[in-house]
Formats: sequence, structure tokens, C-alpha cells
Amino acid sequence: MPLDSRPDTKRSFAVVGTRPLRPDGIDKVTGRAKFGADAVAPGMLVGRILRSPHAHARIKKIDTSKAEKLAGVKAIVTRADFPDHTDGDAALYDVLYNIMAREKALYEGHAVAAVAAVDARTAREALKLIKVEYEILPHVTDVDEAMKPGAPVLHATVFTDGVEPKPKKPSNIVRRYEFGHGDVEAGFKKADIVVARTFKTEATHQGYIEPHACLANAGPDGQAELWVCTQGHFMVRDTCARLLGMDISKLRVTASEIGGGFGGKTTVFIEPVALALSRKANRPVKVVMTREEVFKASGPTASTSVDVKIGVTKDGRITAADATLRYQGGAFAGSPVEFGAMSAFACYDLENVRAIGYDVVTNRPKQAAYRAPGAPMAAFAVESVVEELAKKLGLAPIDFRIKNAAREGTHASYGPTYGPIGLLPTLEKAKQHPHFKAPLGPNQGRGMACGFWFNFGGQTCVSLNLNNDGTAALSVGTPDIGGSRASMCLMAAEELGIPYDKVRAVVADTSSLGYNDVTDGSRTTFATGMATILAARDAIKKLTARAAQIWGIPAEAVTWEKGHAKPAGANAGNFPPMSLAEIVAQAGATGGPIAGHHEYSADGAGVSFATHICDAEVDPETGFTRIVRYTVLQDAGKAVHPSYVEGQFQGGAVQGIGWALNEEYIYGKDGRLQNAGFLDYRIPVCSDLPMIDTVILEIPNPGHPYGVRGVGETSIVPPLAAIANAVSAASGVRLTSLPMSPPKILAALEAKAG
Amino acid sequence: MSGIHVTTKINGDVVEYVCDADETLLDVLRNRLGLTGAKEGCSTGDCGACSVTLDGRLTCSCLVLGAEADGAEIGTIEGMAKGEELHPLQRKFLQHAALQCGICTPGILVAAKALLEHNPKPTETEVRFGLAGNLCRCTGYDKIVRAVLDTAEEMHRSARGA
Amino acid sequence: MAKVVVWGSLKPHTGGIAELEIDAATVRELLDRLGETYPGLKPQLARGVSVAIDGIIFRDGWQEKLSKDSEVFLLPRMIGG
Repeated sequence: MPLDSRPDTKRSFAVVGTRPLRPDGIDKVTGRAKFGADAVAPGMLVGRILRSPHAHARIKKIDTSKAEKLAGVKAIVTRADFPDHTDGDAALYDVLYNIMAREKALYEGHAVAAVAAVDARTAREALKLIKVEYEILPHVTDVDEAMKPGAPVLHATVFTDGVEPKPKKPSNIVRRYEFGHGDVEAGFKKADIVVARTFKTEATHQGYIEPHACLANAGPDGQAELWVCTQGHFMVRDTCARLLGMDISKLRVTASEIGGGFGGKTTVFIEPVALALSRKANRPVKVVMTREEVFKASGPTASTSVDVKIGVTKDGRITAADATLRYQGGAFAGSPVEFGAMSAFACYDLENVRAIGYDVVTNRPKQAAYRAPGAPMAAFAVESVVEELAKKLGLAPIDFRIKNAAREGTHASYGPTYGPIGLLPTLEKAKQHPHFKAPLGPNQGRGMACGFWFNFGGQTCVSLNLNNDGTAALSVGTPDIGGSRASMCLMAAEELGIPYDKVRAVVADTSSLGYNDVTDGSRTTFATGMATILAARDAIKKLTARAAQIWGIPAEAVTWEKGHAKPAGANAGNFPPMSLAEIVAQAGATGGPIAGHHEYSADGAGVSFATHICDAEVDPETGFTRIVRYTVLQDAGKAVHPSYVEGQFQGGAVQGIGWALNEEYIYGKDGRLQNAGFLDYRIPVCSDLPMIDTVILEIPNPGHPYGVRGVGETSIVPPLAAIANAVSAASGVRLTSLPMSPPKILAALEAKAG
Repeated sequence: MSGIHVTTKINGDVVEYVCDADETLLDVLRNRLGLTGAKEGCSTGDCGACSVTLDGRLTCSCLVLGAEADGAEIGTIEGMAKGEELHPLQRKFLQHAALQCGICTPGILVAAKALLEHNPKPTETEVRFGLAGNLCRCTGYDKIVRAVLDTAEEMHRSARGA
Repeated sequence: MAKVVVWGSLKPHTGGIAELEIDAATVRELLDRLGETYPGLKPQLARGVSVAIDGIIFRDGWQEKLSKDSEVFLLPRMIGG
């Protein structure tokens, strides 16, 4: 990262920090915006996928002969159409296995075949004609059950990594992680009070309203186009090309508008299947998941089981903290337990800390990232114990947290030493917030919790072309999932010194730019934003050189100020400032088009902290919990478009509210998901909620020229615990398993009453 | 399967189409008529992304058959702006940044318009219950509720002023 | 010599030691040296690691320079949602 990107904290901004209308706004409010399922192509076929009804079964035989004979069926693909091109890449092989089952179906909903037909009716008919012979195997869906010695084993190839000696028998425990420092046993000896609890959370789905959708168009010459709703079209291109044995350059992927992702659209599911169907039929094929398929066959997050033990002295200092986290991530390796273990104690300044994580496989769909993957479940457990300890000590929970909070110089529980971070400011601001002192009604209680997320940068490439009327066209490669085009235009306008509405940002296709990592890790406003700033600075360098050329003075003698080239000083010459528009108008005569570029691996993303305050009301008759008031305080580093920063805070908090109170994957004894629809998997609706108040703090990130930190993910980390703590304060019972549904709360109330 | 001939009015224009007996109005709008503003989020009437009005009544178009629209008047998101002029709700949604990804926005706008037509001066609670059939996963609804309340306020003021 | 700290579950591959002294001028060199000295780390290095150099996390920073007193933490490769 260039050294000149240190933030100038005294800088006053012209447009960054304002709230202009988003460039894609009109399209979005008039219904014209084109999402994944909105594309059509001449001669388009409809693709449908046949899925396993069994949680765990050997696929002995797939007979497609009857389906092939049905009029209107143009292509059928099965595992036989997906030879293994993964070349020893275990993670990629898992993706291949997940998009089309091979020897075994590993979860209910696992794809086993797909059909392309002239219309949806024919495709559905054809699926019924495909005969699959299964040998049903015993299954396991619960994380703790899957770890037991006698549990049905999914993969004969899994021998737990990270334990010595390496086990000789296969199991469902893929890997053991350990993080921490100091000596926890010695730390607990110094403690006056120790609290140890076990917590469980259920799997939740990202719940984006737009099901996965794509339109593939592949020809016999090996070239292909793909239109898809995804968080990363470059990832889709590279993954599909590798899975299908294509040259990357022959596959062009265009990102549609995306109807929500939250991490769930950071991998491929239907895309390679649609391409394979299209290639075989030599016709365009559209595949759109149903909501049931989204629940059963795209990635929810992990369900978890977590032990937390924390020791404190009488005066409220934490002496040791220990956690064991068990996360099941579905049928393949890669649950987010490592991030759960790394983030569990990240909010605290600890001398002795240890977090052990187990990545476990079960007969459930392969998990996908979900907003701060792995962190909310760990925070639920840790922040619940922290609150209980504060109460035992007779300390206000906020003071106990302030006393033990991580700060600049703290040796983070996951390793490195923190630079300037915003946890204490969010806690102190929370303490002063009117919400903190507001009176509570009957059956109401107040809880709070802190949360942490890493954020990252990643590979990024942008292009900024200046048009000859003085406007700018910005091409970015990171899909805009929540208003990022507006933020990019703001940053380009800020640097160039032209009005916001003179910059137009588009999400360019994979042929137009170099590789861009997925929109994830809260990286886009940080990394694509910084690339935009640096591309604008690159353009400015060229603009000043052209002005120097026109004036006949050395390029170093020209500076850029408020959208104009100016002689650097009196010695440079006496020329009136020349505007960007005036310079580009002469571009043809002075050397051709002017454009700025930046390609890099962005690093230096600042970590992010938040504190949430929640008031809950628990009905003692029914156990029903209502969120009465909710406040999010989070460090944004620098809010580029404050409305969209607030939106991230509010959206994350509400996903957390759903996770805490309603949402869960419910499995039957048969290993089948019992609630694969929005009626039974209930995400928060408008009438469930109060307004979500927000406070944006700005503690500049030293790794960004404006101080920007990612903001998208941290907001989902504190709510689970903040709500559990509020429920406990309101009802006198502490729930250690999510969701805190009315029957569970009622049972706890009844148990307490005896 | 032989098609059913339907004559209907969509956003004030007479429209004729032929559809299958089991085809939903949502599929007709999206696949036959190119009106893709109504979105399919669930096809079970739980998410509201496909909201339209049918003879003035807010309806999930995934729960209505295309054939049932014969003789009816349908209102979709595509008919909400009048030429260049956005409906006040559309304008306020942009001003309040009441959308992030925007997939639920057409349905929510149709639902909010229907709400304000029946109840021009709703309370916050009435807005929340009026929109309870429309799922949004991005915003937490805060800015949506503010935008609807602000629109009602503005429409009320301009009606009084007129 | 940069000080490199590996996370707990890698310790079995480094003779039980969490803090290692490695002579390397860049992250790339550091990762190469680690793999050569402790072959047991190779599978994890192949899966991907991030590094934190003096508190700043680099996910893709092979060219990053290390000084003699750099404090480097190995971290699992960062992902997000």
C-alpha cells in the first residue's frame, strides 16, 4: 500500500460525508433495475435441478433415458458431465461436489441432476422421469452428535487436522484450531469468581430476498457468457472456468443488480450447472432457484455449540478467558469456527486467553459466509458470560466492559497488537446516550453487548475514464450491494474536484477490468474506494502534465486544486487555473484520452468495533419477546455516505434480532429441513421492530487516505448477546440457546417458578 | 395445454394475453408481458416482492392466476411514476436511502401506495403493520418507515395547500 | 531476524514453539523460510494465511517488507460475508 495513503485527519471534505441520491436510484424505484432473474435471451431454455430427498445416501445409479425422450427436453447433466478438473485443490473439489453430487448425496437438497427444456413445465416433468437409485445411509445433523465416536461418518477421508498424534480413524471433525496467549490455568487460579457456561445457536440463513439466478450462454467453440446475481463475478468466472475445464478468457461474466447477499452469494451453486446445460444444449439456459432450494441447497451459516469460561478478580479485572467452539458447516470442511475462535475475545484486553475451535461436518447444506462469519455466535456466548460476571461482581456491565476493554496497544486475543481502535469510544458514547438512562416499563429489561470484526482489503482493479465534456466514467469490479456506487462517485468527485453528479460509476463485466475479489469482508468502500481515490490521483497526475504541456512549463510546476490545474507558485508562471473540463477538451491534441487506473491488493483494512444497547419486553404469560428500543454505536473510521453507513448498522442489527428471537433451521429425525420457506423460517417483519437508532463514530483507520473502515459486518455481531442480556434483565431467566422463542422462554420461566 | 385468453387493464392500458390455466399472474407479468418490476422472492405469498394491486386491492401476484385477472384492473410498479414525475413515495424512498439492494423496493412501494390510499395519515405502528407483508432483509425497515411517514406528511400538506 | 508468532494449532508443527525467529526481508521470504524449516506448516501455508505485521493485517502482502524488529503474526486467511 502506498505510503501517502495515511489519513489526513485535518482534511475537510467537499462531498465525502454528504448524502446525495444514489445513481441507480431511479431504476430501483421504478422496477427497471435488472436483477438476476430479469434477463432473457433469444431461444432461452429453462433449467431445473433435481435434488436428493435424502440427508445421506449413496447414489448407485442415475437413469436419465426416459427424461431424454420427453419432447422439449434439450439437455440433461449429471455427475458424469462434471469430470474432476480440480487438480488436487481440496476446497475447489468440495465446490464441485457441492454443485453436483458424486458418489453420495450428502444432504437433503444436494443436486443430483439437471435438465434444460423449452419451458418450466417440461423441465419439471423431465425431473420426475429421472430415476435415481439411492442406498440410504445413516445421517447426522447436530454438531455435538456429529462429534461423538459412533456418529455416521460423512467422509472416509477426514482425519482430524491439528491434533497430535493425527487420528487413525476418520471422523466428522475436520480440523482443530487454537488461538490465544498467556497461561489460562494460571490465570484462573488468580480469579475470585469464575463463570462457565455452554451455549447453542441454530443455523440461520442470510435470507436475501432474491433467490440465486443466472442466465448462461455457452457455445461449442468454448466461449460463454454468464449473467448472474453474485457478490463477485470474477470469482464466479474463475470458479466456473476451473470446474468446467474452460479458459478463463473465454467466459465473460456480467453481474446483475443483486438482491441481497450478506455473504451467501460469495460462492457458486447453479452457475456451473447452467453453463454445462447451455454448453450441451447449445442454447441459452436460465436457472432460477426456488425459495425452497435457497433454504435447502444454498449456504446457511453454521449451527454451534460453545463453552465459555471467564475468571475475574473481586475488583473486576479479567484474569483468564477460555472458550471451546464447535461449529458444523454442513457437509464439507470450512465452517467459520476459526473466525469465531479468533474473534471471541477480541473486545478484551487479556493476559491469559485461549480459544479452541472444531470444524465439524454434518448432513446439512454446505455453509456459506454470513456477515462477519463465525463471530456472532462466539460473541453471544462471551458477552452473555461477561454480563453475568458483571452482575455477580455488582458492577454496571458497561463499567466492567470499559475496565477490561481492548485498546490501542492491547495484544489482541487472536494475535497482533491493536493500533488505534474504536471500542472504548463506542462504550463511552453508549454510556452518555439517552437510551442508556431512559426509564423502562413493566416486564422490560436492558441489555448490551460489544462486537468485533476484522474487515479486509483484497484484490481490486478500477478504471476511471475522463470524458471530453469534463465528466468521469468509473468502472469498478465489485458488485454494488448496498449503495456502494454512490460512495465510489463521492470519492472520485472528492479527488477530482468535480461535482458528484459528474461521475458515473458502473459495475463492469469481467472482460473490462482485471480481477476483483468478491464484495465481502466489508471491503468494498474501503478497498474499491481506495482504488478509486488512487485512480483519480493517477488521472490528476496526467491532467497536471497535460496542463504543463499546454502552458509549456515542467509537469512538477503544476498542482491540482478544487478541480483545476494551477501553477505551483509564482515562479512557475502566471497562468489562470485550468479546469478539468478545459484540459480534457484538448486531450486529443495533447496526447489522447486521459484515464486513471489502480490495481492492487488492498491491505490495512482497520478492524471494527461496535456497542449495541437493547431494551426487550418479555410477556410472562406467553414468553413472547418484543424489542422495544435498539441503539447501534459503531466506529466507521470515516462515513463516506452516512445514510448507507446507518443502513448497514440497522440491517445488521435486525438480522441479529431475527437470529436471536425467531430464525432457525429445524431438522426432522429424517434429516430433512422442516421449515424451508419464509412462513416457517420467519425473518423479522416491519411490525416486529422499533426504529433502530444509530451513532456513527469516526476513529480514522490509518490504512486509508480518508480513514475509512469497513462497516458492513460488525453490526450483526453484538445483537444475539445484547438481546439475551435484555431478555435476562426483563424476565429473570438467562437463555443459553438460540433462538429465544416463546416456548423456550416460557419453559425457562416455569422452571424458575418451580 | 390450450391457453386461456385474458383481457385486462394494466396501469391503465388494455392488455391481452394468452396464458396456461396454472400460470400465476406473476409469471404472466414477468415472462409474457416483460413487466419484471414485480419480483419472485418466494412464490408462496410470504415475501411481498411480487406485490401488485388487483382492482385496487394489494395482492401477491404469485398467489393469483393469470386467468383470474380477466376483466380486472392491475397496478404494478411500472405504473407508479407519471412520465418524468416520480410518485412522492418513490422520491422519498430515494431521499431517505430507504433501499439498499432494491429487490424488495417495487413491492414495498406498491404496498405503501395502497396503504396511503386507504389511510392517508398513518401512525408509525399503522405503517409497520401495513408493510408487514413485505420482507426487506437489508434495511431493518427504519428508513422505509421514515420515508412512508414523510411522504404521508408531504401529501397531507400539499392536499391542504391545494 | 523478524519475530514470527504462529497460532496455537500450528505449534505441533514448530516443535511446540509459538514464537519463532526467522531471517527474512519480505513476507514471501518469510513464508518460504517457514515452509522449509517446518515442513509440517506447508499444508496450512498452501491453504492460505494472512499476516499481521506490527498490528496491520495483510491478506495478500508477499511483497511487504519486514524489518529486523518486525513483529509478525500468522493468521488464517481472512474471509468475510
